[in-house]
Amino acid sequence: MNGFFDIPSDLQHSWAGLIGLHLRESLLPVAAGLLLALPLAQLCVRFRWLYPPVLGLTTVLYAIPSLAFFVVLIDYTGQTELTVMIPLAVYSLVVLVPAIVDGVRSVPEETLAAATAMGFGPVRRYLQVQLPIAAPAIMAGLRVATVSSISLVSVGALIGNQGALGNLLAAAQKYDRPELAVNAVLTMAVLAIVCDALLVGLRMLLTPWMPRGARPKAAARPEPLTAEGAAR
Amino acid sequence: MNVLDFVHAFFSDSAHWQGYDGIPQRFWEHVQYSLLALAVAAAIGLPVGLLTGHTGRGGNALALIANAARALPSFGLLVLAVLLIGFGLLPVMIPLVVLAVPPILVTTYEAVRSVDPSPVDAARGMGMRESRILFQVELPVALPLVLSGLRSAAIQIVSTATIAAYVSLGGLGRYIVDGLYQRDYEKVVGGATLVAVLALLTLAAFWAAGRLAVSPGVRRR
Repeated sequence: MNGFFDIPSDLQHSWAGLIGLHLRESLLPVAAGLLLALPLAQLCVRFRWLYPPVLGLTTVLYAIPSLAFFVVLIDYTGQTELTVMIPLAVYSLVVLVPAIVDGVRSVPEETLAAATAMGFGPVRRYLQVQLPIAAPAIMAGLRVATVSSISLVSVGALIGNQGALGNLLAAAQKYDRPELAVNAVLTMAVLAIVCDALLVGLRMLLTPWMPRGARPKAAARPEPLTAEGAAR
Repeated sequence: MNVLDFVHAFFSDSAHWQGYDGIPQRFWEHVQYSLLALAVAAAIGLPVGLLTGHTGRGGNALALIANAARALPSFGLLVLAVLLIGFGLLPVMIPLVVLAVPPILVTTYEAVRSVDPSPVDAARGMGMRESRILFQVELPVALPLVLSGLRSAAIQIVSTATIAAYVSLGGLGRYIVDGLYQRDYEKVVGGATLVAVLALLTLAAFWAAGRLAVSPGVRRR
């Protein structure tokens, strides 16, 4: 593989620079999605009737292809990073809301009653009892959101060099250098796997009471995205 | 002009409804790519998922493979496949199948795993063969979850099949990619709307399939 790391200069970034850009463009939206999903999921748990319509709406949003989402946004936000990050935040939200709702709902009634009896107020009960118990489910959702976000950023290359490592794919075609495409795919896959592993580590730190090695029950639900709600 | 105006303009232009670049033609192409990719992915994912789920072996390996496959970017795979094997249907199918196999595989595995063991033991006690246990006891109970795995795979295929247009094939992505280069947002928005419609139709199809195929006794609600 000759010239594996010879990044064409019109990308205006080194390989490491592209990685930094890629991480920013993919992880910031997940963080934004999480910030939005936490209160939204809390509302859905509080008011049960709210959950089916929220799930239906998010499923429809998830069905819009990322490319179309990007292009439609160009009209409002121009060919900027923001245009790539908004749809990714929406997709993360779609994955995270059901994960958090399921996680928070899985907390046993007795546990909640015990916390209340110990004099926990609603806020403290939420932060110190419900969220920690829901942590495995939330982390499972975060893992899916993060990995798919990292892979979707590359589509941004189609709307004018906003795809970070994805721009390498466009360059690979333009200059007929397949090794650049190999570089892009491998780097993105490694980034995704590393971020995924970091999240698994974080989950272990956050849930010290869980047995090591055993897969959390929540991870057993493979695609927390489950369009399930829409069909219900 | 907001998005709704674009949608209206696109669908009321009669030029968009005929010829080889017409909506019916593009829609049909998109359905064909999606069905083919789903069929291939199901042919790989379902048997492996059913078998590993039945025996209960290899669950961790499955999760590992599925995670690794999810880490591969579809668009990157597409460009790479085109550079390596040239234009055609095959390079489009590779990323779509890679995208769709993990959800089918993992959901099928988990669905069969999570079947209540007592009816399975009862069936075994009655002398049913393992293959009959799998298809007549476990599969019917696991069917709702198996279908939900197929459904999320199908939705992802439908929305990702738009990238076929990027490598000169047809489908609804044609409108999005062409519209982007022609600065014709009407076309882009129209294409995106059509994909979303197709995704909703897919959801409806799976809902109907669930109604027809899932035995009323196992239906959750």
